[in-house]
This record gives sequence, C-alpha cells and structure tokens, in this order.
Amino acid sequence: MDMSYEEYGKLVKKASKGTKMYKTIPSAFLVGGIICTIGEVFRLWFVNMGMEKDHVGMWVSTILIFITAVLTGFGIFHKIAKFGGAGTFVPITGFANSVVSPALEFKVEGFVLGVSSKMFIIAGPVIVYGTIASIAAGIVFYIITLCGGTI
Amino acid sequence: MSLKRGIIHLKNPPSILGFSAVAGDMEQSGPLSGKFDKVFKGDMDGEKSFEKAESKMQLCAAEKAIEKANLNPEDIEIAFAGDLLNQCIGTNYGLRELGIPFAGVYGACSTMAESIVISSVFVSSGQVERAIAVTSSHFCASERQFRFPLEYGGQRPPTAQWTATAAGAVVLGKGQSKIKIKSVGVGRIIDYKIKDMNNMGAAMAPAAVDTIVKFLEDTNTTPKDYDLILTGDLGQVGSSILSELMDMEGYPLEGRHSDCGMLLFDRKKQDVHAGGSGCGCSAAVLCADVLDRMSKGNPKKVLFIATGALMSPTSNQQGESIPGVAHLVLLEGE
Repeated sequence: MDMSYEEYGKLVKKASKGTKMYKTIPSAFLVGGIICTIGEVFRLWFVNMGMEKDHVGMWVSTILIFITAVLTGFGIFHKIAKFGGAGTFVPITGFANSVVSPALEFKVEGFVLGVSSKMFIIAGPVIVYGTIASIAAGIVFYIITLCGGTI
Repeated sequence: MSLKRGIIHLKNPPSILGFSAVAGDMEQSGPLSGKFDKVFKGDMDGEKSFEKAESKMQLCAAEKAIEKANLNPEDIEIAFAGDLLNQCIGTNYGLRELGIPFAGVYGACSTMAESIVISSVFVSSGQVERAIAVTSSHFCASERQFRFPLEYGGQRPPTAQWTATAAGAVVLGKGQSKIKIKSVGVGRIIDYKIKDMNNMGAAMAPAAVDTIVKFLEDTNTTPKDYDLILTGDLGQVGSSILSELMDMEGYPLEGRHSDCGMLLFDRKKQDVHAGGSGCGCSAAVLCADVLDRMSKGNPKKVLFIATGALMSPTSNQQGESIPGVAHLVLLEGE
C-alpha cells in the first residue's frame, strides 16, 4: 500500500461516521434534566420537612447514589445511560454507576481481589484528583484568610 | 511454489472433514439463526463466570466438529486453538478434557484463519493425519478485559464493533471431502498508526489489503476469479475502507466481498454499531454458514481472510497504535 499515515488517517476519518449529535445532545439534556428534577423534588421535600440546609445536599446526593446503585444492580442503569449519555454521566449518578458496575462484575474473583480491589478502577482517578484539588483549594483559601481576606 | 513470502500452495491439499459452530442467543437472533449446532443461553449459560462459559462453548464446538467428521477425539493428532482472553484461558480450560495434543494460538481476531493455516500445513506435509482448529470469543469476557464492566453506563461510538459470543471448529485431514484447502497465507504486521480502540476495522483494513494483494499477485488472479472474498471482522467501516483501498491497488472487489462481522448480526435491528468482531465472529460465520453452503456446492472458491488487531489494553494505555495482521485461507469446493 503506497500511502502515508496522514493520508490513511484522512481516508479513515472520511469512512468513519461520527456520533449523531442532533440525537445525542437532546437526549442527554432530557435525561440529565429528569435526574436533576428528581433531585430537586427530594431537595424541596427535605427543606419543607425542616431539614438543616447543610444536610439537604448530602441527603439528595445519597438518595441519587442509592437509586443508581439499585438500578445498576438490576441491569437497568446502562440501558438508560445508553440513551442519556452525558445526561446520566455528569450528575453524581455516573460516579455511582462507575463504582457499582466493576464491583458487581468482579465478584467472581472474590471480595478481596475482586469486588474491593476493582471497585475503583474507573472512579479511582476522580477520587484521587478530586481530593488533590480539594487540598489545593483549601491551601489557597487558608492563605487568603491569613492575609485577612474573605471568600 | 510461491514467489511471495508467507504464501504457501499446499502440495497435498487437506480436506475439511467436519466443522461446527456454536453461539450465544444474540447471534442466534441474527441473520444466521438456526445454523448453529448449539445455542448458549444468557451471558453464562449456567456457569459461574463468563470465562467458564467461553470454555464450555469452545469445547462444545470442538466436540461437535469431531462428531460430525465421524471421528473420536483420540483420532485427532493435534489441536491448534485460541481465543482473545489473557493467556488464552478460554481455550486452555475448554480443551483441557479432550486430551488432544494442543498448541495454543494467539492472532487476536485472526485466530481462526491462523489455526487453519497451521493445521493445513501440518496435514499437507504428511506429518499429521488429522488436526483440529478451534477458536472462540465471548462478548462479556472480552468487554471486561478490554473495555468496561457490563453494567457500566457508557455510550459506544458508531465505529465500535460488537464482540461475538461464539466458537467455531474445523477438523482437517487426509481423505475425501467436498471442501479442500488449496493455499494458505500468513500476513505481515501492518500498522497505519490508528489508535482508536473503537475503530478496529480501520486499524485492520490495511493488513487485509496487504495479504489479499500479495495473494492475488502471486496467483496472478483477480477478485473476479473467486466466488467469495470473506474478511473476518472489518465491520462496516473497515469494509468500506477495504473496498476503497482495493480500488487504489488496482484490484476492485467487484461485489465479491462479504465481511463476517456484517453477516453475523443484522446492523439495522441489532445494536452492534459497525458490526460484529472477535475471533469467534469469523469462526462462527465460516463454520455455521460458509462451509455449510460450500458443501452444498455454492460458493465454490472462497478466499477467507481473518484480520486481527494486535494491541492489548496495556499498549493502548501507553499510547501505542494498533497493529493489524491478516491470514488467508483458500477454500475450494468440488
């Protein structure tokens, strides 16, 4: 084949159809919107019950994580995600699914070498870099308050 | 004698004495429905793991092929077999109880053609009377090794392919049968620097072109001289690239080309995106459909070229591109 890698790359690009964004963006918007609406319903309910403001956010997240875990366990979540894409991935539901799905799948290898060690194969980087970013933000916040500033 | 490296015209063309394909229920609901010797239910068919289910399929395909050749496992002198899993455990555990002298083969999705190539040369040389070539792949077992857990909620791009849950086996030997293997070809490793694991067809198409053109030049033939040019699992994207590249090489495919990845599933009804893949895909299409039709007289002359993508998750994570390889088998019916 007398063709450079660049030329072949162009040919491949031409032959490979991209994602149909006119379909995927609206469905992501719809599904993501529904998930956030469910979260909002719980939030309002808790607020009306007189729950403390700091606790409300935590409980809403916990409930969404719980629902995702159950749906993942029953093999329903990935079907919703197939349609919803970023709509299910971006809210906390995507994170919950990324922890539960490997935990379920690697059960065959046992609870130590399977479930617990493989549980964070997808979510691990999010946890690591999320923690590092929080520490960095905390240090910046501390320095600002030392200098007498407020945020 | 062949003038090209890797092409071998067999002195004593081996006969195909028996063949069998087994598959999962998704393959059974595709266009080849009813052509499999056994259909395995669900992801595990009652086994404890996907890997065990794959081994069970592979054993079943081997046993059925031997049975259909009216032989016993003791009559087979050597087995060349492989699959996609690390250390080929699908095969190692699957063929464990057969007791046939075994040599493992890894050619990624080209494994079926590679096993047949090696078996054919062994039989043709006269060193071995009968050999068996077996190959399998399993969607769930491959996904967890190469991509994401089953329940992970991700989207696959349109160029992605669906690993077949299937196994195929061919018994080759001396003696009479309706199908003979006339020539075989071992491909070179070809890398056109494609890095996208979701576009394997594009990564493998140049390897298919390399092997096919080499064979056509060596035999002084064109695609028109064959009833069917059957590639392994290029899928929709790889097939269209293959067609374009063959035009450029001066060997237009003239409607003689089909791809196992496109034959195993119905892309309109089944959610497989660019088509099927995995070494069980070409093995199952060859053994369930093509060999069956050949034994009934049509098609007569078939070029079977299975392509393999020779990367691993490790090489991919390290930023390496995906090398491809394609091995060729010329089948002729009487």
